[in-house]
Amino acid sequence: MSAQGATLRSKEEIMEKLRKPEVVTGSEMLLRSLVLEGADCVFGYPGGAVLFIYDAMHGFSDFNHLLTRHEQGAIHAADGYARASGKVGVCIATSGPGATNLVTGIATAYMDSVPLVVITGNVATNFIGTDAFQEADITGITMPITKHSYLVRNVEDLPRTIHEAFHIANTGRKGPVLIDIPKDVSAQKALFQPVNEVNLRGYNPTVQPNRHQVDKMIKAIAEAERPVILAGGGVVYSGGHEELLEFVTKTEIPITTTLLGLGAYPSGRDLWLGMPGMHGTYTSNKAIQNADLLINIGARFDDRVTMKLDGFAPQAKVVHIDIDPAEIGKNVPTEIPIVGDIKTVLQIANKQAVRADKADAWRTRVQEWKSQYPLRYKDSDTELKPQWVIEMIHDTTGGDAIVTTDVGQHQMWAAQYYKFNKPRSWVTSGGLGTMGFGFPSAIGAQLACPERTVVSINGDGGMQMCAQELAICAINNIPVKIAIINNQVLGMVRQWQEIIYDNRYSHIDLAGSPDFVKLAEAYGVKGYRAVGKEDARKVWEEALQHPGPAVVEFVVHKGENVYPMVTQGNTIDTMLMGDE
Amino acid sequence: MKHTIAVLVNNQPGVLQRVSGLFGRRGFNIESITVGTSEEAGLSRMVIVTTGDEKMLEQVTKQLYKLIDVIKVVDLSANPMVARELALIKVGAEPSMRPEILGVVETFRASIVDIGTGSLTVQVVGDSEKIDAMVELLKPYGIRELTRTGVTAMTRGNAR
Repeated sequence: MSAQGATLRSKEEIMEKLRKPEVVTGSEMLLRSLVLEGADCVFGYPGGAVLFIYDAMHGFSDFNHLLTRHEQGAIHAADGYARASGKVGVCIATSGPGATNLVTGIATAYMDSVPLVVITGNVATNFIGTDAFQEADITGITMPITKHSYLVRNVEDLPRTIHEAFHIANTGRKGPVLIDIPKDVSAQKALFQPVNEVNLRGYNPTVQPNRHQVDKMIKAIAEAERPVILAGGGVVYSGGHEELLEFVTKTEIPITTTLLGLGAYPSGRDLWLGMPGMHGTYTSNKAIQNADLLINIGARFDDRVTMKLDGFAPQAKVVHIDIDPAEIGKNVPTEIPIVGDIKTVLQIANKQAVRADKADAWRTRVQEWKSQYPLRYKDSDTELKPQWVIEMIHDTTGGDAIVTTDVGQHQMWAAQYYKFNKPRSWVTSGGLGTMGFGFPSAIGAQLACPERTVVSINGDGGMQMCAQELAICAINNIPVKIAIINNQVLGMVRQWQEIIYDNRYSHIDLAGSPDFVKLAEAYGVKGYRAVGKEDARKVWEEALQHPGPAVVEFVVHKGENVYPMVTQGNTIDTMLMGDE
Repeated sequence: MKHTIAVLVNNQPGVLQRVSGLFGRRGFNIESITVGTSEEAGLSRMVIVTTGDEKMLEQVTKQLYKLIDVIKVVDLSANPMVARELALIKVGAEPSMRPEILGVVETFRASIVDIGTGSLTVQVVGDSEKIDAMVELLKPYGIRELTRTGVTAMTRGNAR
């Protein structure tokens, strides 16, 4: 699965070479720095402004470089790599259009706090500001969607800049950092010495919480009669899933996990309520609305979780644990704010945490909701139901795959019906809701975790937004299994138009989509199609057995809706259940 | 409610854009912004006058701290402060009117910094209210051009 058959040198050999101070070009500095920062796979696309960088990469084999077919594919792949591995994802693009093609991917990573280092070339420093060929002010364009950015004007600054960028990207609240390197800077020579420290006066994320606030939370748990935990992506990003499990086991507080928090807590357990929010479970939403104590652990009270803010968790005392102080109190008034790294906070809390003793009646009530109102759909003997397909994918992968999704109905069904037990097994664009993300992110996830099964679940709409990356799966034999839930429409838009816009279906028909089997085969990827249950399972299992990449198109009915559904302007206990 | 905040930042290219961009995209209002060097080499101090409630001020502060180039944010208006602004006002002034205008200028302890054949340029320093008052008084003479620096400020020496 290595790009262009390169073999990596041993870590020791590489490090020995890099430790020696040497006068090299900016491009060589970049490559060396990336290796020193632990990058083993970089996604990119060359062009005029990065020619020196790509020239330095000629014959370079200390990390793999994967040539995608679009810069957007490169950055989504880097994002999938980062989410699946916990390491910083790296991508490279040229100036102008190369850089602007990264914008959606940067925003995607920013919204979901994914650590990326994004390298762009720029025109030479003496051309900057002259509207030169392929010039774009990419640091300006991306300022609102990066955690930080650099325009490197002096080659001497490169090693420090790259080291800082990795540090900033992967500490505190994680996020994308952009480094813009003008062409002349990538060609100039200077002394390269590895940088091992950062000196950023304005950047000191709070890791250790205020003990007093943690004590207040412990006290609140002892007093609570109806406590609920709302766990989000922050748990996964801090690596605090084991601590969370211990916290829940000790306190026996029912827990709901947000879209990005799926896998932070094993979904099979009794205390797990499912996902909250717009397409959350009945139990999660009811539990939040009736709770007297809501402990938010690493979630940001996104509007798809809270829906109508006025009336959200109306009876609850709110505890909010987050690495980013700006999230606390931003949307929901918070009685007990705890700023700190989730893993660290939970380690401290676990020393004092005891069972919430006053909550027995509540636990019973929650279990009743769970058994009375489980997630459900009307299955059919004649038609293939998308929810059934997700359940089948879950069964055939033992719930153990890394699942990436695109955005829309299939994403919600995957979130609802694939039961995650491990963190970093679920890669989805939550905050930005980026169509075209699902498939390329799977490529990155597979490269990060070559030993795991990676399944990419897509709709027929989003699959066509980055389908060109089938090429790199084929030539590099990246064995992702790509499911396309084909309902021939933009399903989520169709659902809203049906429910909210009185069946006025406007521009949702995807007639004219390619034959996905032929599309796969055109790239040299194995293609399958299923229209009924029996062949669905059969071809899917065949695809899983296939040693290389495979596309499986599941032809499903277009009228299926995602339920429960809370429509906008309503509180989360006002749910359409699908059988009104 | 009006707040005056001081933001100590790294004197880096683009830092003004980062700060003003943050205000813009988060929907925070900027009434005035002044930037200049500070007592420490390499650092600049911005003084921003903004309006909003306490919750907004808290968000502004927290969001500003998320910028890597922001070192410190101080709500100056939470404590007794000295706030000053400078304005240059070019007033239409035929020679016959000058003594009258000079009377106004002297009362305000302002000064005339330029005299043209048909105009006077007045420089006034003070808090924003004083400048507003000065502008009002000069209006009848015909203000040709008006420029204000925006407020710069610091907490008083004995304020905690």
